[in-house]
Amino acid sequence: MAEELAPKLATDPGLAAGAPISPWREVWLAMRDNRGAMAGLVIIALVVFCAVFADFVAPHSPVEQFRDHFLTPPVWQAGGSWRFPFGTDDVGRCILSRIIYGARLSLIIGTIVVTLSLALGIGFGLISGFFRGLPDIAIMRFMDIVLAMPSLLLAIVIVAILGPGLVNAMIAIAITYVPHYARLARASVLTELSKDYVTASRVSGAGTLRLMFVTVLPNCVAPLIVQATLSFSTAILDAAALGFLGLGAQAPTPEWGTMLADALKFLESAPWVVTLPGLAILVTVLAFNLMGDGLRDALDPKLKH
Amino acid sequence: MLRFLLTRVSLVIPTFLGIVFLAFLLIHLVPGDPVEVRMGERGVDPVRHAQLLHEMGLDRPYYEQFASYVGGVLHGNLGISLITHRPVLSEFLDLFPATLELAIFAVLLAIVVGLPAGMLAAVKRGSPFDHLVMGASLTGYSMPIFWWGLLLILTFSVNLHWTPVSGRLSLDYFVDTVTGFMTIDTLLSDQDGSFVSALSHLILPSIVLGTIPLAVIARMTRSSMLEVLSEDYIRTARAKGLSGWRIIGLHALRNALIPVVTVIGLQVGTLMGGAILTETTFSWPGVGKWLVESIGRRDYPALQGGVLLIACLVMAVNLSVDLLYGLLNPRIRHQR
Repeated sequence: MAEELAPKLATDPGLAAGAPISPWREVWLAMRDNRGAMAGLVIIALVVFCAVFADFVAPHSPVEQFRDHFLTPPVWQAGGSWRFPFGTDDVGRCILSRIIYGARLSLIIGTIVVTLSLALGIGFGLISGFFRGLPDIAIMRFMDIVLAMPSLLLAIVIVAILGPGLVNAMIAIAITYVPHYARLARASVLTELSKDYVTASRVSGAGTLRLMFVTVLPNCVAPLIVQATLSFSTAILDAAALGFLGLGAQAPTPEWGTMLADALKFLESAPWVVTLPGLAILVTVLAFNLMGDGLRDALDPKLKH
Repeated sequence: MLRFLLTRVSLVIPTFLGIVFLAFLLIHLVPGDPVEVRMGERGVDPVRHAQLLHEMGLDRPYYEQFASYVGGVLHGNLGISLITHRPVLSEFLDLFPATLELAIFAVLLAIVVGLPAGMLAAVKRGSPFDHLVMGASLTGYSMPIFWWGLLLILTFSVNLHWTPVSGRLSLDYFVDTVTGFMTIDTLLSDQDGSFVSALSHLILPSIVLGTIPLAVIARMTRSSMLEVLSEDYIRTARAKGLSGWRIIGLHALRNALIPVVTVIGLQVGTLMGGAILTETTFSWPGVGKWLVESIGRRDYPALQGGVLLIACLVMAVNLSVDLLYGLLNPRIRHQR
């Protein structure tokens, strides 16, 4: 690692003064040369831009129905026009606008699901790692039970209990991710607890809560960040899957998976209704996975193959 | 070995009970009054309501209900479907072969393509082929498979007319169910062309369901192969003058396969989740489609039983992989 960084240190004016490199800068330097991760980052930036400025970027409202433009083909096909660059769907809504607003939804889904599962997972992991004994056994056994079920199936069951809808779908997906974070957090906590700085902190009188959140937790974040990036993409994918099954966001919400829900009917007559929203899912998920892989290599060189 | 076996099996028992408990909870958590759900009507006469509640055993204390539920599960009694009024277990068993057949073909495809691809990528590390395999597998891993299925139907069924759109067999044939595997039953039935029909129905769904396992297997094989290729004994084999392919195929592959086998075993959960989406896309009459439809029909006993069976299945496969791994690798077996 040090040798790899040496030439960069020499050329980077910000680092030449010999000041210690901040951890974030170190990660950035390690990621900068990873072409895949950079490509992912560019796409993510684009998606975020679309999501934030959807009101200005999108040509139309995502729910407005143009009654005399049912199933207009996209602009590159015969019969298409620049008014609807990606064409319209079966009730005359602009597909491009729906995809752009869908980006906003997908990012919200990813953020909420990851935050929720991360918070719960860290909580369980810290309790397990710190208190050991009965709480540890109880929590970890429960996590095993959750893990024994295929995550999509578990999410479907939870949605069946809570009722279909985007919020319930997000809760359901978040619950299925908790065990991964809890296990990761617990493992890191156990490693950190055996180190001298924790003992030192304990000896100098730090309370359990301080030890947990101030001393130990910051040193456990690296694997959690990687997992968070990777599950951001699975969250988008799973939410789209639930939408496709009719259990996630409900029409007319412009969620990418929901847009595909009754696409089978139009496969023959209007394939663009099917191809474009799915492409949006694939590209976004791929971008997050590329960045997640890059982050993992940068944060944890041991895992690099 | 026996000690290892017993420890591993005993660890599964609490998980099993936990899953049964969750399945038991499911029926109490679903919205609506259980009697009204069962009758499919509202405002059931109070006397009749109490009587039905008693018949269903729902007026007993919860621990008693749970105990009798566990007893029922252990005897294979998973309740009665509200829609078809048939036992959930036999309903599941009727549909399961279709899912199993699809899953087997998907895994075979994933192994047949993923293993050599990952191996070659490792051997030719850094080459365009390596980049291609890694790029393709990351794309496959990121694929919304329901959309991928629609895309394949669009290309091969709608545009090229090469494959059928949905189902397991063309309506021109009628085949008696012997094994439940369409590919075997059509062969047994001796009808010309029926086997080809069954196979052509299987191709696209298998590709779709196999995509994610394929990506995972290719990635895992590559990284595990890279690790093994850097070991000393490979260098020794090279120094002995063995040919490159002999080293890779015989010496390296055997050790590189251990983590790959584990990963294949762990794909069962992914496969069952994927089957739900694949079967819905292709109208494949398996348990995945049945489960989703059960939710739509509010057939909660079917959902409860199906979820329980699938969870147990996944658990059983994971346990077998675990045991197999211990059998193959003594280091794991003697770990405390």
